[in-house]
Amino acid sequence: MSQKILIADDEPNIVVSLEYLLKREGYAVLIARDGEEALEAISREKPDLVLLDVMMPKKTGFEVCQAVRASELLQNTKILMLTAKGRDTDIAKGLALGANAYMTKPFSTRELVQKVADMLGALP
Amino acid sequence: MKMERRLLLFIAAAGLALALWIGLTLVLVGATLENEERQTVAGLLAPRLALLLLSWALALALVAAVLQILFKRYRVAPARLLEQTRVLLTAQLPQQLTPEGPPELRWLAQSINELASQRDALRADMAQRIAAANLDVQQEKNRLAALMAELTQAVVVCNLEGRILLYNSRARLQFRALSQAPMLADGAELMGIGRSIYAVFEQQLVAHALENIQLRIARGAASPSTQFVTTTRTGQLLRVQMAPVRAVDTSVSAAAGINGFVLMLDNVTRAYEEETLRDQLLHGLTERSRSSLANMQAAVDMLAYPDLDAPLRERFLGVVRDEVSAMSHRIVELAQRTTQDLKTRWPLEEILGTDLLAAAQRRIEAHCQRPVTLAEPCAELWLRVDSFSLLQALAYLGHRLVDEFEVKYLQLRLRAVQGRAQLDLIWSGHTVSSETVMTWEMASMQFGSEGTPLTVRDVVERHGGEMWFERERVRHEAFFRFLLPLANAQEQIEAGQATHDQGRPEFYDFDLFQASDESRALDERPLSSLTLTVFDTETTGLNPSLGDEIIQIGAVRIVNGKLRRGECFDQLVNPARLIPQATIPIHGITQDMVQGQLAIGAVLPAFYAFAQDTVLVAHNAAFDMKFLQLKEDSTGLVFRQPVLDTLLLSALVHPQQESHRLEAIAERFNIAVRARHTALGDAMVTAEVLLRLLPLLAEMGIHTLGEARLASQKTYYARLKY
Repeated sequence: MSQKILIADDEPNIVVSLEYLLKREGYAVLIARDGEEALEAISREKPDLVLLDVMMPKKTGFEVCQAVRASELLQNTKILMLTAKGRDTDIAKGLALGANAYMTKPFSTRELVQKVADMLGALP
Repeated sequence: MKMERRLLLFIAAAGLALALWIGLTLVLVGATLENEERQTVAGLLAPRLALLLLSWALALALVAAVLQILFKRYRVAPARLLEQTRVLLTAQLPQQLTPEGPPELRWLAQSINELASQRDALRADMAQRIAAANLDVQQEKNRLAALMAELTQAVVVCNLEGRILLYNSRARLQFRALSQAPMLADGAELMGIGRSIYAVFEQQLVAHALENIQLRIARGAASPSTQFVTTTRTGQLLRVQMAPVRAVDTSVSAAAGINGFVLMLDNVTRAYEEETLRDQLLHGLTERSRSSLANMQAAVDMLAYPDLDAPLRERFLGVVRDEVSAMSHRIVELAQRTTQDLKTRWPLEEILGTDLLAAAQRRIEAHCQRPVTLAEPCAELWLRVDSFSLLQALAYLGHRLVDEFEVKYLQLRLRAVQGRAQLDLIWSGHTVSSETVMTWEMASMQFGSEGTPLTVRDVVERHGGEMWFERERVRHEAFFRFLLPLANAQEQIEAGQATHDQGRPEFYDFDLFQASDESRALDERPLSSLTLTVFDTETTGLNPSLGDEIIQIGAVRIVNGKLRRGECFDQLVNPARLIPQATIPIHGITQDMVQGQLAIGAVLPAFYAFAQDTVLVAHNAAFDMKFLQLKEDSTGLVFRQPVLDTLLLSALVHPQQESHRLEAIAERFNIAVRARHTALGDAMVTAEVLLRLLPLLAEMGIHTLGEARLASQKTYYARLKY
């Protein structure tokens, strides 16, 4: 069974690319357009990995990340944060709140695919 | 008198003694005689008894004379000397005894005189030194006050209780910006000698800062000042630097040796807003561009896949187009906003347009030897410029015009157009090619004896402005046009006020360093140490309960026994009813004057703030208080302060006088009445009357507020009902 990835981002312009990219790589792709939707999708679908944007309406990526790590059922979900916030304080915060990895926009899609593969490959 | 009686007593005693002496002699002589002989002697003496008495009287007279002389010498003269010496002891001015009487007394008197002159000399010397020292102190105080007045930074000095001892006009302006009723109390309800700084800053904040300073002093810091930023009730952001005023008295331990503090205030609201805007723009530029770039990059990466079908390809291209246009949009917007406000980092000064033009006129005329005229009178216009470099640029351009094109005369023109100032340097005749203008603009300004590496372009950029060359063919004129920033409204007011504010050192009272009995109950405090609000109202009539209303409130402050003319309250009030025609000659306030003024509901809160923490004073106070009390329900403001009435106090001091009307009292005290029957004018007169009454009350043993209130209640006038 192919691994499941949730893309949580409110910008359709990036979602369209990421969706195409990850589907090509053989993953099952889900999409959420804001923080709340993302959290619902995570608890319902239990994806293996979440590409989480920080700046989202309703709930920020930080909040989603915290909620996931606080839940016993979901806490093993891999989280890769994607954000336009480039300050090192933001990166520190993301990692401290439980993100497994952090990528600053803009990024090359090849690197992203590589990173996703690394993170999922490390799965037991 | 006493002396005389004593002398008589002595003389009487002497007479008695003499009589006894004669009697005794006779008895002794008699005792040695036989009986017969005794009778013979008696028979001989009896008819000559009168002679015997005469002799006694003579002897007595002699004794009396001697006694009197002695008495005068040794009793009266020393007593007189004693009296004179006593006078000398209490004399305030140099004085000498007149030596008289016996030599010993004269020598004594001379010695006393010498002592007295020694004392007088010492005293004169001391008085001179004190006067000199006082003069020094006064000069220093004046110098300090003058210095403060000139400072462009707002400075406030407070004692440890937070009472204001000194402020400068800049602080006054700063506080006006903080005032919640700037049009009414003019900031005077916040800034005034003796007022509490805690009306503006939270007490804990200041206490915390003081604590910091004390810690630093204890650690031995050389300049233990501290700094804090706070928002005020009106939402302004103030940066405050605080430095301690150290007690001169070194017997107090170093940490406790603070008896006040100096606050330097900076309104950083605008700077902060600019900073925030800058931040937002930067944020917009980085984060949002990152997102866009990410979107585009991902789309471009996807487009690189050769097996993409047409609809998907179209979709990714759409993403790229979309993001490109969003970014262009963002950059255009950013550029617009930055050029408006944020470009200039060079410190610019505010200057009045006419001043700038006059200076430019002088400068260009001096450099170019050509007449320079002003094209049109310019309206009140404040600019933000670096005037030195700007004048240099103007003179340089003028110089090149004259030098290379033999321009005969020049003209200057200044206008405000669309939020910017247009400064034109106009000439007629020769036109200049754009290439020439370009070289002039880009060359460093070397002309006459002046040389600077700056170019005209540099000067223009320094102002975040622009400069170009334009032709007006119809009028055969050409001009260089500079676009320059205008000062914003707040700065215009401030700068304008700063130049018109002539009032220099009415702004300090260092005696307040000593005053620290705020905590004592008001009633026990000396009248002269109170902070008073002397006020007066003008009204539509005499019956507040029948609908008469206040139409003007005027008030002035007395702090530490000094009238503060600069700290006053003067406000017309719209009574929301007609002003009876018959009363207009009395107060001179017409319906037109109150039209458009604020209603009492808006004015009273400002007056309440102005009078806070003070004792109210009015002439015939009951009348004015009645008007205030009737507004308690509608405004919710209750004036609970103690009230003094100059009418009652005057009646107390001069019970025999017929009239205690304000004019009559003012005349009695020879007080010049300037604007009688305006609220502020009357309040001023009342204040001066009160200041004259204070020493007279003190003579009657009335020193404290409590005593004055008690005594007022007992006067005849107080028993009359209004």
